[in-house]
Amino acid sequence: MSASPATTTAPLGLRGRAEDLASPLPPLLAEAEQLAQTVLMGEHGRRRAGAGSNFWQYRAAQPYDTARAIDWRRSGRADQAFVQEKEWQIAQSVALWVDDGASMGFASTPKLPPKSDRARLIALAIAVVLTRGGERVGLADARLPPRRGRGQLSRLAQLLSQDTAEDHGAPEAKGLAPQSRAVLVSDFLGPVEPVETMLTAAADRGVRGALLQVLDPAEEAFPYDGRTIFESMSGALRHETLKAGDLRDRYLQRLAERRDRLADLARATGWQFSTHRTSDSAASALLWLYAALERR
Amino acid sequence: MWSLGPVGFLSPWLLAGLVLLPVLWLILRAVPPAPLRRRFPGVALLLGLDDRESQSDRTPWWLLLLRILAVAAAIIGFAGPVLNPSERAAPGSGPLLILADATWADARDWPARAARIEALLGEARRAGRPAALVALTDPPPETRFDPAEAVLASLPGVAPRPWQPDPAALADWAETLEGRFETVWLSDGLARGSRDTLLTVLETHGPVRVIQTPRRIAALRPPQLDGTAIALEAVRTPSGGAESVTVAAHGLDPAGIERRLAAATLDFAPGNAVARADLSLPPELRNRVTRFEIDGARSAAAVALTDDALRRREIGLVESRESRESTELMSPLHYLRVALEPQADLVSGDLPALIPANPDVIVLADAGSLPPAEAEALQAWVEDGGLLLRFAGPRLAASDAGRDGDDPLMPVRLRAGGRSVGGSMSWGEPKTIAPFAADSPFHGLAVPDDVTVRAQVVAQPGPDLAARVIAQLSDGTPLVTRKPLGDGQVVLMHVTANAEWSSLPLSGLFVSMLERLAISARADADAGADLAGTTWQPVEVMDAEGRLTGTDTRAAVAGEDLAKGDLGSELPPGLYEGEAGRYALNVTRADTTLAPARWPARIAVEGLDRPAERPLGGLLLALAVALMAIDAVASLLVGGRLRGLRAASVVLALLLAPVPPAEAQEGTAPATPPVNTPPSGSAAAEPPMDPQAEDFAQAATGSVVLGHILSGDPAVDDIARAGLEGLGRTLWQRTSVEPAAPMAVDPETDELAFFPLLYWPITATTPIPSGAAYDKLNAYLRGGGMIVFDTRDAGIAGLGTTTPEGRRLQAIARPLDVPPLSPVPEDHVLTRTFYLLQDFPGRHQGRDVWVEAAPDEEPTPGMPFRNLNDNVTPVVIGGNDWASAWAMDEIGMPLYPVGRGMAGERQREMAYRFGVNLVMHVLTGNYKSDQVHVPALLERLGQ
Repeated sequence: MSASPATTTAPLGLRGRAEDLASPLPPLLAEAEQLAQTVLMGEHGRRRAGAGSNFWQYRAAQPYDTARAIDWRRSGRADQAFVQEKEWQIAQSVALWVDDGASMGFASTPKLPPKSDRARLIALAIAVVLTRGGERVGLADARLPPRRGRGQLSRLAQLLSQDTAEDHGAPEAKGLAPQSRAVLVSDFLGPVEPVETMLTAAADRGVRGALLQVLDPAEEAFPYDGRTIFESMSGALRHETLKAGDLRDRYLQRLAERRDRLADLARATGWQFSTHRTSDSAASALLWLYAALERR
Repeated sequence: MWSLGPVGFLSPWLLAGLVLLPVLWLILRAVPPAPLRRRFPGVALLLGLDDRESQSDRTPWWLLLLRILAVAAAIIGFAGPVLNPSERAAPGSGPLLILADATWADARDWPARAARIEALLGEARRAGRPAALVALTDPPPETRFDPAEAVLASLPGVAPRPWQPDPAALADWAETLEGRFETVWLSDGLARGSRDTLLTVLETHGPVRVIQTPRRIAALRPPQLDGTAIALEAVRTPSGGAESVTVAAHGLDPAGIERRLAAATLDFAPGNAVARADLSLPPELRNRVTRFEIDGARSAAAVALTDDALRRREIGLVESRESRESTELMSPLHYLRVALEPQADLVSGDLPALIPANPDVIVLADAGSLPPAEAEALQAWVEDGGLLLRFAGPRLAASDAGRDGDDPLMPVRLRAGGRSVGGSMSWGEPKTIAPFAADSPFHGLAVPDDVTVRAQVVAQPGPDLAARVIAQLSDGTPLVTRKPLGDGQVVLMHVTANAEWSSLPLSGLFVSMLERLAISARADADAGADLAGTTWQPVEVMDAEGRLTGTDTRAAVAGEDLAKGDLGSELPPGLYEGEAGRYALNVTRADTTLAPARWPARIAVEGLDRPAERPLGGLLLALAVALMAIDAVASLLVGGRLRGLRAASVVLALLLAPVPPAEAQEGTAPATPPVNTPPSGSAAAEPPMDPQAEDFAQAATGSVVLGHILSGDPAVDDIARAGLEGLGRTLWQRTSVEPAAPMAVDPETDELAFFPLLYWPITATTPIPSGAAYDKLNAYLRGGGMIVFDTRDAGIAGLGTTTPEGRRLQAIARPLDVPPLSPVPEDHVLTRTFYLLQDFPGRHQGRDVWVEAAPDEEPTPGMPFRNLNDNVTPVVIGGNDWASAWAMDEIGMPLYPVGRGMAGERQREMAYRFGVNLVMHVLTGNYKSDQVHVPALLERLGQ
C-alpha cells in the first residue's frame, strides 16, 4: 500500500540490519549431501581424512609419505613416525531468490514493514549466516554466481534491493548448480506455474531447499467489509465486490488451497515450505530457514 | 397555540414539513453507498468470486429509518412543542391574605411552599391586588395589605420555626384583622386546636382556600433510658400501612469529629401511629451520643437531643491514704480504672475531696471503718441518691466494720475473718459463680466457667440477707450484696478488686457487672421539681430543619418555663446549660402524638404541586443530533470503512458492563451492636472474601508454588512461566521439593504471602507498581519472601555502564526495603544449599549476582566458611536470564538454546543447579551454613 522508506531499501541499511539479525546464530553448517561431484573445498567436515584445516587423526607414516608430512612432535613421543591427517572439508553453495514484484511492497498498516522489506531482510540474513559458516551464496537467477566473502554480501544486498514494476516476479533456475541448495522467498500469491516449473527443474538437478512464504496479516485475515474495489499493487488487476465480508471465507479457502499446493509441491521435490507473517519476528523465520537448510 | 393532547406547539405550521418525509425516503433509498478503493496483493485469488447476494447497493432499511426519524425529530423540534401548556386561572379580586403555618412540619418542603407563595404573589401582582403574608408561628402585631411586589421582597424573611403556633397569640392576631379579603392558607397538614377558631374568623372576612398536600410526617420522641437500652419511639401521621424508619445516633467520635455512631430501625405496624425500638449501645458509644435523628426527615421534630440522661457517669475512686509503694498490677484501683475508663469519667482522691464533687458512684476498695466525720458525709451523700460500691480485702476482713451491728455503709453484717477455699492450706476447690437470679441487676450476663473465687468475706446470716444478695457463689455464699439507703444504695463485692482473691477482675464479667452497677446509679430525678428556681442558659438552639447552632446571646430562661416546655420564640428548642448540668429541650415530648388536619367540606383544599410547563423542543433537537451521529457511524459501518468497529464495540461493552456495587462498610455493619461487644472495631465486620481471591489463595497454598511477577511483556512472561515449570520439573526429579505449576502474580491485585520465591523478569517497559503494591511487596520481603530480579541483559550493567533494563530495575527497586547488597561471596550459603556451585549462569554467563551483604566478619582460621547472618537474602539480583535456561516444554525438552554444544548443555545444567540451590536456600534458610558446627557438635557428642 505504501512504498517502503528509502532508508530501509538502501543496500547499506538492509545489510546492516541483516547482520544484526544474523549475529545471534552460530555459523550455519549446511548439510553437504552427495557432494562427491562438486569438489569445491570448503569448511564442511566430511568425517573422513582429506584436505582441510582441522585435525582429524594420527596415522603411522607410510613409505610414500614425505618427510615434511611427518608430525615430529607426536613422533617424538614414540618409536614410530606419525603423520597428522586433516579432516576433509567441502563448501556448499546456496542460491537465493527473493520475489521483487510490486505485490511485495504491501503493508496493511504503517506499523508493519512491507513484505518486500521483510523478505529481503530474511534472505540477506541467511546469506550472512551462510557466509559466516563458509558457504558460498549467490542468486538463483544467475545475476550473481555463488561466491563467498564480505564483498559478496554487499553485491547481494544491492541486487536484492531492486524492484520491478510487475505484480509478481517469477523464479528462475538458471543460477542453480547441481546438488546445491536454494532458498525462495515470496508471497506466492501470483501464478503458481512458474514456481512449479522452477521447482521441478531444480529437483531434476538434485537441488533442494526451502520455500518461505511472506504474508501480511491482512492477507491472512481479510478484514474488509462493504462495497470495495480491490486493486493489485501495480493496478493491473482489479476486482469489485459489493460485500467484501461475504468473500472472506472463500478467499481464505483459496489461500489455504494455494498453500496446500505449494506444500505438496515442496513435499514431492524434497523441499521445505513455511509461511511467515510480517507481524511476527524476523528471527523466527530465520531460525526456520536455518533449520530447513540444516535438515538432512 | 395549537395543542395535541398535553402537548402544544408554538409554530404548528412547521409540522407541514413532515409531508416531505416519504419523498426523502424514496430519494435516500435510491442512493447506494459509495465503493471504497483498496490495494490488495491477494486480488489474484479474488478473481472470479461473485457476490452471493447483492443487497448492499441499496441503503439498508434500518439506516433509512434512522435518517427519516432524525429529520422528523428535527422538524417537530423546530415546531416548538410544549408539554402541559399552562392555562391561566381566572384571577380573583380584592386584597389577598396568604397564611403559612410555617411550623417544623413545613421545613422539609419549605422551598416548594415558598415557590407556591411566590406564584400566588406573582398572580396577585399581575392582577394588581394588594397582598399580605403571615407566618402563623410568628404573627405580626397588625396586618397590612401592601402591593404584591413589596410582599414578594419580604418572602425570603419568612422561614419555618421549630414550634407550633401559639393559640393565644393567634387569637390576638385574628382580632386585628379588618375588611374583606381572600385568604389562601398553606397548611402543614397537622391537626391542632387553634385551626377551627381561626378559620371561623377568616371566613367572616371572605373566601378561604387551603393548600395542603397529603404526606407522611414523622416525629421522634425524646429517648428514654430503659435499663441498659435506649428506648426510641417515633410517631407518625397518617397511620397507614407498614413502614419502617431508621433512627441514627449521632455524636462525636474519639477524634472529636461528629459522625453517625449507630442506627436502629423502627417498624410501624399497619395502622399503628407509634413505633418503638430498643437500641443497645456499648456504654462508650452511648456516652458519646448527642442526638438521635430520623434519617432523611428534615424537620426539628425528627431530632431528639440527649442530655445528662444518657451522659457518662462520674465515678469517684477513693485512694487509700496510707499508700505504700506497690506494683501497679497489685493495686485494687488499677483493675477498676481499666474496667471503668471506657464508660465513665473517673475522679480519684480521698473521701473529703470526693464527696463535694458529687460523683454518681463512689468506689471504696478494701477500706475498713471510716472516721466518723467522713462516714457521716458519705452516708448523707448515699441517702441523697449516690451509689457506694465497696470491695472487700484484707483490711476490711481485719477491721470490725459491720461486725457487731448494722453499719449503714455496709449492706450486710460480716463474720470475722472471712474464708478461703481451694488454697494450699484449705480443703475444697475454688468456687465458681452461680448464675444470676432474675431479680439481680446482673441478670442475663453469661458466667464464664473459669472465674473462680479463692477467698472472700462472709456475710452474717440474718433475716434480711437473702433479699440483699444480688450474686452468689455456686455454694450459695453471697458474693455481691446490696442494700438501699435513702435514695441511694450501698453495694459490697465480697472479693477484692484485684486478682488476689479471685479471678473475677481478670474476666470480662467484671467489666459487665461494673457497667450494670454504674448505670443503675442514675437517680430518676423529677425534672419539674428539680428545675424550679434555677436559671438555664441556651447553649445551642435548633431551627425548624433540626440543625443546631451555637448561641451565646440569648437570655437565660427560668427552670419552671423549661419544665413546662411551651416552645416559642422566647423558648426555642435546643440545649440549655445550668448549674446542675445540661438539659435538652426537644420539640416533641414523651406523649406527643400527631394527627392529620381535617377541614370542613366547604373549604376547597388543593395540592401544592401542579404540572410544570415544559418545552420539549430542545429535547427533540438533541434527539435529532444524536440520531444523525448514529447515522454517521452506521454509514461508515455499512460502507466497510469502519475498521476499528470491533475494538470500539468491545470498549463500548466494557463501558456498559454492570459495575459490581461497592459494598460500603456501613451497609454491612450490624445496625444494633450487642451491648457486650468490645468497643473498638465492633462495627467493622470481617469483609467477605472475594471468591476469586479465595481460589487464588487455595491454588497458591495447595503445595509449594513458585511465582513470577508479570513483567508487562507477554512473551517474557511466557518465558518466565516456562522457566519456572522447567525448574519445578528439575526440583521434582532431583529433590524432595515437589512444586505445583507456577503461577503468574500481579502485585497490584494478588496476595504475595503464599509464594516462597517470586521471579521477576525486568524489561525496559515493566510497569512501576503502585503504592499499595509496594506495601505488599515490602511486607512480602519482610515476611521472609525472596524476589529474584532478572534484568536478562547478561549483567552488562554495572560500573558506569547501564542498560534500559538496569535503569528500570533501579526505578522499580527504589521504594523497596532492600538491605545493602554485595556480589555473592565465595562462602555464601547459596553456593552450597544443594549443589556446590561457584557461579550462577543462566542463558548468559553474566558477571556478578547480588544478594544481601553479609556482615563484616573475619573468617575463622581453619574454617572453610564464615559464620554468616541468620536469614535468607530477600533479593537476588542478576541479569543472566535464568528463566530462558530453565524453560522446558510439556515433554521436558529445553525451549531455548544455551551456549554452544556440550559446553552449552553444561551451562544449562549449572543453571538448573543454581535454581535448585535458590529454592533450597529460600526453603531451608541457612541450614547448610550450620554445618560448620558439625565438627564441634560431634566432638561434644563424644564421637
